[in-house]
Amino acid sequence: MRVNLNVNGEDMTAENVWPGESLLYVLRERLGLPGSKNACEQGECGSCTVYFDGVTACSCMIAAGQAEGRRIRTVEGLAEESGKGSDKKLDTVQDAFVEAGAVQCGFCTPGLLVQTDDLLERTVGQGKPAPDDAEIREALAGNLCRCTGYEKIIDAVHLAAERRAASGSNA
Amino acid sequence: MEFLSPSTLEEALEAKSAHPDGVPIMGGTDVMVELNFDKRRPETLIDLARIPELAEWGPDGEYTRLGAGVPYTRIIENLQKQAPALARASRTVASPQIRNRGTVGGNLGGASPAGDTHPPLLATDAVIELASVRGRRTVAARDFYLSFRTTALQPDELITAILLPAPKGPQQFLKIGTRNAMVISVAGFSLSLDAENRTVGTGLGSVGPTPMRAEAAEEFLTAEFDWESGSVPSEATVRRFGELVASAARPIDDQRGSADYRKHSMSVMARRALSWSVTEYRKGATRCA
Ligand SMILES: Cc1cc2nc3c(=O)[nH]c(=O)nc-3n(C[C@H](O)[C@H](O)[C@H](O)COP(=O)(O)OP(=O)(O)OC[C@H]3O[C@@H](n4cnc5c(N)ncnc54)[C@H](O)[C@@H]3O)c2cc1C
Ligand code: FES
Ligand code: FES
Repeated sequence: MRVNLNVNGEDMTAENVWPGESLLYVLRERLGLPGSKNACEQGECGSCTVYFDGVTACSCMIAAGQAEGRRIRTVEGLAEESGKGSDKKLDTVQDAFVEAGAVQCGFCTPGLLVQTDDLLERTVGQGKPAPDDAEIREALAGNLCRCTGYEKIIDAVHLAAERRAASGSNA
Repeated sequence: MEFLSPSTLEEALEAKSAHPDGVPIMGGTDVMVELNFDKRRPETLIDLARIPELAEWGPDGEYTRLGAGVPYTRIIENLQKQAPALARASRTVASPQIRNRGTVGGNLGGASPAGDTHPPLLATDAVIELASVRGRRTVAARDFYLSFRTTALQPDELITAILLPAPKGPQQFLKIGTRNAMVISVAGFSLSLDAENRTVGTGLGSVGPTPMRAEAAEEFLTAEFDWESGSVPSEATVRRFGELVASAARPIDDQRGSADYRKHSMSVMARRALSWSVTEYRKGATRCA
């Protein structure tokens, strides 16, 4: 089957899609967007997290046909927002992860970035207080990391929240 | 494999009638695991995610009507008052990403004995609405689960809604698992007290081939509880209630827990649920007085 969808603001078409394959497979193998990672294919690890019509979801748990006509935003779409082409700048969350040392092998990182972006959108992004440790752990409970031990990830989320709150109040 | 995307319920029912072996897919959080791991190769997938009616909820007489396709996140955000035990159970499902997609209709469609919504639906006497081209019918949750992963749902039917009775007293949900998130329950328990009709409802998960009630425990507590003023039951009553709940359980040993542990945890959860409910009941009683 053919699937038309909007990914990171761009209308795209995936051809020769087998209806039972996942949105994750469509993104990685058919549309050349390998940012979302495939680690478990059973919803357990969160490394394939994307925005699906504005709500975060594991793209491995969405059938290709269910994505017809939907808006998807992947980790590739986070950086794009700050500029185009070679000017592409990392976004606040990505910068914070790098600075805080929250990235080791990096396999879990794309999913964590999208899920963190969503947490910040729902908190500081709406003028609410920055999330505390418990809220962060809850929001990231579906994202597994086998390297970092999570502490640096939590640090990174705090840092990103601080910066996003500051830039929000300037705007 | 054929992929059908009906945009109305009527189209979906026609599709299901024409393809009784077709697999409905809503949030996909059960179906996709089976597809990704080659455990299932259905000839037809019927996507229910584009049918507006399934994603809606709202008051319906004495009930709250919950569309079968409303994701857990929406239930947690919107239905804590209307369905406290179900909202609590929804909170314990998986992770935010899965709760954004997973639905009660999907939980009922899979009918795993470990599904977290079953104990609250049993305890609160919820009603499940089924539809086919032949028409709509309702089945009490208490009559829905027939045997291991087999329910009253017929091959040409879809689950359209769950009717949640307005709470008339405290409702609890407790779950045992190895961590706070992302765990299939080792054992789950729900308790509901109905102060108006003076009845007790229970629901037990992961301790038998189907979700089940502990009817002897319900009868015992209905008779023993001080419905008038909600005085704290004696230690012996609480213990007996726990024993009766545990003795209804028919658990097995598996990788998630031993049968003995499950029975034991059932009695602990039952006692805890009862004491929390009594505290809440007394608060309600003083408010009314
Ligand atoms: C990582 C992970 C963790 C999980 N943790 C939990 C947990 O803690 N607790 C828990 O209870 N579950 C858990 N689950 C299982 C799953 O998320 C739930 O069962 C969920 O409620 C399924 O809903 P869905 O809409 O995604 O179902 P789907 O996968 O779309 O469908 C599930 C089944 O129901 C059928 N179906 C769906 N909708 C209908 C309908 N309207 N009418 C008839 N049949 C229908 C489908 O054909 C299929 O057989 C977990 C799953 C994953 C991947
Ligand atoms: S690959 Fe999707 S959750 Fe692990
Ligand atoms: S950095 Fe390696 S899995 Fe998280």
